[in-house]
Amino acid sequence: MSAINKFAEQIRPIVVSNKRVGQYHQIILNVGDVVTNCRPGNFIAINVGGESTRMILRRAFAISRVSTSGVLGGTMELIVAPHGQGSRWLCSLQEGAEIDAITPLGSAFGIPTSPVNALLVGGGYGSAPLFGLAEVLKSRGCRVDMYLGASTGSKIYAPMEGKRAVNTLRIYTEDGSMGEIGRVTAPIAQLIAEGAVDVIYSCGPMGMLSAISSIVKGSDVVHQCAVEESMACGVGICMTCVIPVADEFGVTTMKRSCIDGPVMDGSLVQWNLVGKIPEVTP
Amino acid sequence: MIDMSTTLGTAWFAHPIFTASGCASSGKELAQFINLEDIGAVVTKSVMNKARHGRPTPRMAETASGMVNSIGLQGPGIDSFLANDLPWLVENRARVIVSIAGETVEEYAVLARKLRSAPGISAVEVNISCPNVENRGLVFACDPDASRNVIDGVRRALGGELPIIAKLSPDVTDLVSIARGVIDSGADGLALINTVLAMVINIDSMRPHLAGKTGGLSGPAIKPIAVRAIYQVHSAMPKVPILGMGGVSSGRDALELILAGASGVSVGTASFGNPSAVTQIQNELQFLLEARGFTSLTQAVGYAHRIEEASTS
Repeated sequence: MSAINKFAEQIRPIVVSNKRVGQYHQIILNVGDVVTNCRPGNFIAINVGGESTRMILRRAFAISRVSTSGVLGGTMELIVAPHGQGSRWLCSLQEGAEIDAITPLGSAFGIPTSPVNALLVGGGYGSAPLFGLAEVLKSRGCRVDMYLGASTGSKIYAPMEGKRAVNTLRIYTEDGSMGEIGRVTAPIAQLIAEGAVDVIYSCGPMGMLSAISSIVKGSDVVHQCAVEESMACGVGICMTCVIPVADEFGVTTMKRSCIDGPVMDGSLVQWNLVGKIPEVTP
Repeated sequence: MIDMSTTLGTAWFAHPIFTASGCASSGKELAQFINLEDIGAVVTKSVMNKARHGRPTPRMAETASGMVNSIGLQGPGIDSFLANDLPWLVENRARVIVSIAGETVEEYAVLARKLRSAPGISAVEVNISCPNVENRGLVFACDPDASRNVIDGVRRALGGELPIIAKLSPDVTDLVSIARGVIDSGADGLALINTVLAMVINIDSMRPHLAGKTGGLSGPAIKPIAVRAIYQVHSAMPKVPILGMGGVSSGRDALELILAGASGVSVGTASFGNPSAVTQIQNELQFLLEARGFTSLTQAVGYAHRIEEASTS
């Protein structure tokens, strides 16, 4: 048997709740025992549109948090922005609706074996998986600081209960409508210079991930980022979600963000080549 | 119990549903969802002589009941394929049809020569119709002479060791004449159809959405084109085995292609939406054939062509 998609199961979870939170929807799914294999960074691929749909491809969503302790057994939280046809369909589901899903898929954030100073950086609803990650890091004795950024305040996702898992939370908006004005990446260089951070975990738009990678370059800080590239299958067979990534010898190849990611080492992603192809044949 | 086995040239398969080239990578990824032993065969992603990055992203756009892709034959190259991917498939007891693609007639022959001595291969699919190449003029299957030359070269290099299945494009004026040409040049069977050349324009950027501009349309949207192509070719050459593909996502779809003349059916894009599609479709097909009174799959091949029965009124 192959190690690819090792824990993935095709399941039919029930929508336990579906609430609007600002510009997003918080959707809780009753997924059962599969939660025991879900790690922060993993994602779920969901069939959308119902039986007679014209939409043939699954939609991938980062797992925000999982819980094993509910009366319903294992549940999973997703934060969904109703932007496209597929996500709008998902956000329109009533409680009790049954969906077709595959999870857990993809790589997970690496958790340090000893306590470190961790900085979690989220852009828009990219912050969703960071709260589950924060809980895990906190339970390992890490210091957890979180910076969230968005263009405007209504696009910040920061639930009350999530804040308990972090030591500090700072919010940045480009229009100054919430938190401090400016970009979430602005204060990172100083934190690194002060030696106040060992590992950065990031999730959000590719531009933000790329900017963090540039800031981190030349320091000892490890940067684990969850990349975003449009997927058709989510399980490694379609080759559409590729991004250029270097290996330990500096050879760049096109890696699938579904099975080689979404969590990748930011220092190996060739950000300047995203949307291009490496010139030298591997 | 219905006999679901089938043959493509000299290759025998216990089951009639296959993966489609480029839609199952090299098999490993699907093993968590389907039992590779229980399907007709894994048709591998088309492998070229050298490793290849493929095209830049965006490589894909979803369309109504379909998708347009422009991967551009990303792959590890034949040597890595033979060293890593093929042995894994053989170890896991999958039947294997290796799909090959080249930029020149010579490259196809080089690939065929390398496959000749490799163990565990049931047949070779010669992909002469990938739409995602730099120069549309180099889509061999759009040119009768070029397609014949490729198959001729592959036939010489393989020396009759393995059945050759030529994969053709529906984007031609006279599909039957192209099909006849490759059969005359030594192909044992045909794979019908490759994706249909297509384009999506992004109305925000107001430019072609895919980095490669054009791509191949696949999914349920193209199934009627596949049925038509298979029907036309089977009608002209009823003895030539056809591996049918194009938008099959249910047992009913697979049965349509078989009735049109396909001896086996590949499932491609449906696996993207449902990684267990191949086995589900196989089970549905068996049920549908039994419900229609067939005792073997082969009885149904081309059944839509039968001469009208005399009226009994």
